Amino acid sequence: MMPGEYFLEHAGWIPLFPLVSAALMLFLGRRLPKFAVNLFCVGSVFISFVFSAGAVYQLAHRAAEDRFFQKILFIWIPAGVYHTTAGPLANFAADWGILLDPLSSVMILVVTGVGFLIHVYSTGYMAQEGGYYRFFGYLNLFMFSMLTLVLANNLLLMFVGWEGVGLCSYLLISFYFHKKTASDAGKKAFIVNRVGDTGFLLAIFLSSVTFGTIRFTSRGFEKLVDATQYPGMLDALNIGIASGVFAVGMPVLTAIALLMFVGATGKSAQIPLYVWLPDAMEGPTPVSALIHAATMVTAGVYMVVRMNSLFQMAPFAMHVVAAIGALTAIYAASMGLVQTDIKRVLAYSTISQLGYMFLACGVGAFVGGVFHLMTHAFFKALLFLGSGSVIHALSGEQDMRKMGALWSKIPVTAKTFFIATLAIAGIPPFAGFFSKDEILWKTFSGGEEVFYKVLWVVGVITAGMTAFYMFRLVNMTFFGTSRVEHEVEHHIHESPPSMTVPLIILAILSVVGGWIGKPASLGGVNHFERWLEPVIFSPPAALAGLAERALPAAHREPMEYILMAVSVLIALAGIWLARVIYLQREGLADRLAEKWGPLYTLLHRKYYMDEIYDALFVQRTKDLATALGMFDRGVIDGVGVNGSGALTLAICRISMWWDTWIVDGLVGLTGTLVRLGSYPARFVQTGKLQSYALVIVLGVLLLLGYFLRHAMGMV
Amino acid sequence: MTPALADAYSLAPVITACGFGILIIVGDAFLPRGGKSLLARIGVVGALASLAAVTLASRHTDDAYSGLIRTDAFSLFLESLIFVITVLVMLGSYDYLVREGLPLGEYHALLLFAASGMAVMASANELLTAFVGLEISSIASYVLAGYRRTASKSNESALKYFLLGSFATAFFLYGAAMVYGATGTTRLDVLREMFVAGRAPGPLMLLGCAMILVGLGFKAAVAPFQVWTPDVYEGAPTPVTALFASGPKAAAFALLVRILVTGFGAANATWFWAIWVSAVLTMFIGNLAALTQNNVKRMLAYSSIAHAGYLLVALAARSEIGIAALLYYLVVYALVTLGAFTIITHLGEPGERRLEIDAYAGLGTRQPFTAFCMTIFLLSLLGLPITAGFLGKFYIFDSALKAQLPGLAVMLAMNSVIGAYYYLRLVRVMYFTEPEQEWTPEPVTAGVGAVMFLTAVAALGFGLFPGPLMTFATISAQSFR
Amino acid sequence: MDLAADCVVLSAILFGLGVVGFVFKRNIITIFMSIELMLNAVNLAFVAFSRQWHDLSGQVFVFFVIVVAAAEAAVGMAIIVLIARNRHSLNVERVNLLKL
Repeated sequence: MMPGEYFLEHAGWIPLFPLVSAALMLFLGRRLPKFAVNLFCVGSVFISFVFSAGAVYQLAHRAAEDRFFQKILFIWIPAGVYHTTAGPLANFAADWGILLDPLSSVMILVVTGVGFLIHVYSTGYMAQEGGYYRFFGYLNLFMFSMLTLVLANNLLLMFVGWEGVGLCSYLLISFYFHKKTASDAGKKAFIVNRVGDTGFLLAIFLSSVTFGTIRFTSRGFEKLVDATQYPGMLDALNIGIASGVFAVGMPVLTAIALLMFVGATGKSAQIPLYVWLPDAMEGPTPVSALIHAATMVTAGVYMVVRMNSLFQMAPFAMHVVAAIGALTAIYAASMGLVQTDIKRVLAYSTISQLGYMFLACGVGAFVGGVFHLMTHAFFKALLFLGSGSVIHALSGEQDMRKMGALWSKIPVTAKTFFIATLAIAGIPPFAGFFSKDEILWKTFSGGEEVFYKVLWVVGVITAGMTAFYMFRLVNMTFFGTSRVEHEVEHHIHESPPSMTVPLIILAILSVVGGWIGKPASLGGVNHFERWLEPVIFSPPAALAGLAERALPAAHREPMEYILMAVSVLIALAGIWLARVIYLQREGLADRLAEKWGPLYTLLHRKYYMDEIYDALFVQRTKDLATALGMFDRGVIDGVGVNGSGALTLAICRISMWWDTWIVDGLVGLTGTLVRLGSYPARFVQTGKLQSYALVIVLGVLLLLGYFLRHAMGMV
Repeated sequence: MTPALADAYSLAPVITACGFGILIIVGDAFLPRGGKSLLARIGVVGALASLAAVTLASRHTDDAYSGLIRTDAFSLFLESLIFVITVLVMLGSYDYLVREGLPLGEYHALLLFAASGMAVMASANELLTAFVGLEISSIASYVLAGYRRTASKSNESALKYFLLGSFATAFFLYGAAMVYGATGTTRLDVLREMFVAGRAPGPLMLLGCAMILVGLGFKAAVAPFQVWTPDVYEGAPTPVTALFASGPKAAAFALLVRILVTGFGAANATWFWAIWVSAVLTMFIGNLAALTQNNVKRMLAYSSIAHAGYLLVALAARSEIGIAALLYYLVVYALVTLGAFTIITHLGEPGERRLEIDAYAGLGTRQPFTAFCMTIFLLSLLGLPITAGFLGKFYIFDSALKAQLPGLAVMLAMNSVIGAYYYLRLVRVMYFTEPEQEWTPEPVTAGVGAVMFLTAVAALGFGLFPGPLMTFATISAQSFR
Repeated sequence: MDLAADCVVLSAILFGLGVVGFVFKRNIITIFMSIELMLNAVNLAFVAFSRQWHDLSGQVFVFFVIVVAAAEAAVGMAIIVLIARNRHSLNVERVNLLKL
């Protein structure tokens, strides 16, 4: 252990603080006073944040290529030796270990930092709610799961965190479980995520038989004497590439990458598994901010970046990721244009921004994806918390048509919200500008093919839509004329400091958060890219063709400035349009909606996707159940009721005969035989002491006879 | 440290347990009639102190008392298990003793004595020590089996256990005498060195080995020496049955492993087939006999026989991973069985009236926590994934396959399926059958609740996090190198 | 040497008699005495082998067997007394409540 690496050495504790506090809440919380709940829950997350910051600081003090800290806390599931599909023996063991590298350090800082602010905010927001301790217990359990997910050093442990956050998400969405919509939304989230999880699990299985390990990398183990005992997938991949076992675009690699992406679409709400996220807004607003905006939903992006080596080896999977990402971005943004529920607008916006992140990953700009993940965590958490503050001020009103002119009534909320809106709209110098611009530029320069240019156009249009719907939201909420109901109007009040202070801090972050990733073209040094460089896979020289696209040209190009200007202009156009429609011309919005009636309805009804899913999957499942029920009734009852024709009768008789005598008979026969075996076994048990002694003596004689025979054979 | 002190360190858990046992007996004489519950507390403290003393023993891992005792990772593993079992049995039996009006003092003293005997068995390095440990634990067990003095079944259980146990011990002793006659020593490590040097074990030695197997097989309840088990388990007070099914069985298997691997390692080709046949018989007899049992206590008694069979499969693998799998399974099995018998104790009602399977109908709605814990125990005994029982069976299965014993592995799997019949039957009765007569289970008391909770946590915890325990088991298995 | 061998043979016979007595006698006390016979056979064997090997540890073993047998007898007699009190009989055949 190097001197002064205290926090690094104890990085394994980071998830434990919230876990302890969660356990305390769920077992004893009912008896604790509110003050103690605050102290434990907020305090534990704060300690986690301090430990995370300390660990990252100490990691940053190491040399750039040495910034991997890996530690196995204990062997979790020792399994055994088996052959991988490529042939060599592998010793499978899933450990409970942590991996702190530049990527996971970004994640733990975001998770604990934003998480802490949201915990503070929740003490104000949830103050009047029942089940206070339960809420914080779940929230801390979520923190534990999320930190386990990002700190895991192998896929299976990551899956534990993955399932854990899913469970907490379910519990928190259905927090108001007496409300049917809330518990339905919870179930929907859980079931849709199950579909994605299946893909992830299959990917884990396939990885373990392909690579012989599910640990991400062996980096960080160099100092151990038996470092070769701990191989990682990355090492296996490199060795495989060198020996020709693995090549770019191999079906098995593509399959693993695509299966993982299926998992990511579930957790990160991408097409086609996005349907759960808008409904998840039934949960309390801090939950939407923490889980459904800043942290959990980005797990899919984190996973794709974590597995970037694998994705880079599978160009087809990369194309799929990029296409799905871009499609989701514009699709969700279009639905965001017409929503009237303040939180739903933000929910669609989240889906759309997540699409951006996947677009970045898909075109090879993994750093850009993580960068946007971080800035998005700041401003989207701020937007949700701000909307919570608005809802709080309006005594629970969420419909934007009943808001308006709140700017001066809740000034802190309004100003911070406005900053976040500028950030998400991509106006320089706010954080969103830098990350979004980087994604768009990397998309455009991703390749010469038309594919990338189309993706870029989609991205730019989405940027314009984003600016439009966000300013529509701001205009309807804070400006114009007040449409607030009368009895609500008297109660409008700014939120307590426990809620506004986190807003202010997040607002500052939404401004300055992007500056660490200032591109070279604007005279900055992209610290963020340098920091993440060690975790981005650069394929060995043998695959030069691939390397060229993975590392796009770094030199300045006039094109970059032009594109930058275009995206800013588009955003400004969106803002202007929103201003014209929603502020300057009263009633224009309604007239437009009328004129474009079918389109408006289509968007407003979310492309009827819920109905389509319902018809395709939910109703079909029910139909299947009904059909089976009818089949039962028709075939079996039908015989007795009216005998609908002799043929049916005969067939039924035959089938019944078959069932009774052959199927049941075989099952029953096995059972009976086994049961018959029971009696001799019990028969020995006469209850007579001396018959037992006799059995023992017989046993002795048999044993002696056998040993003696053996002895004679040996002598 | 001086040699005498070092020796005392090796036996620290045993000395602690005996010391507290004597303290309780003396205290019993002086305490007023109403103050006897203090003795139960001293008992629990004594068991915990003995558990803590295992760490003292770990400071001196070597031969002690001129080779009579051997402290190594293996003995530490089993001593820890034995004293954990003792603590849990004590916690689970307080309410039972109060309910049945049985004296508290002697009971706890006897438990501590029995545990100290088992601890001696776990660290015996000499047939003499093995014999003494065996008898310390047995004599205490005979009394415990008959602890419900006025109940005929309890008397009968004690008598059968006592007579058949002494009978089996005599075989063990005669075997020891034969080994002594063949080699001039009864020290296990000396025996091992003698045969490492290239000497083949002669007939007298092998006959001795066979006779010793009889004694140990009796204690471990493996076929054909399992006949006493159902009767003794059924008749003994239920908390005592919980002990019998876990503690002495663990100690007996420890001794079996130690004697066969260290003492008779050279004759392993001979004893292998005996173990093989016994494993098959034990598994099938236990499971088949349990199938049609309606008395839950007796059903679990048969089930404990079946599990001894699974343990024998691991022993038949004759490898380090086999022994590691055996130790892992021993822990899991012992804790889970203990939990299940504690629930039977809890639901038994005065005079142990409710033991039939019908008496468990509707438990799922009347006391969900109890039913839930029982389900976990049953599923773990059955070996369903995510419970520890699954991994335990998996490790044994794996070791059998690696030792080229596919036949045993297949029969292990077959028996797991047979086991499903009767374990799931109880689960079904608890959740899906309505009782004929309305009843309300007694509320779960702190002691019983703690045992249920801890063992259920163990059943799931070791299933989800097998790593640490498996590592300890693997290190312990390396003691025989 | 011959003496030792003779003693071992004698002990084997005694042990066998003990086993036969255990299995076929009906009185619980007699059964218990059969066990004592078996244990004494063990003692005899140990003493004989001890003499053969010119080694004292076999005789130490004998002492332990005697002590343990005494302890066992104390517990055993208590159990037998309980049985006699509860069932008014010492016939082992009547101890058959627990079976199957």
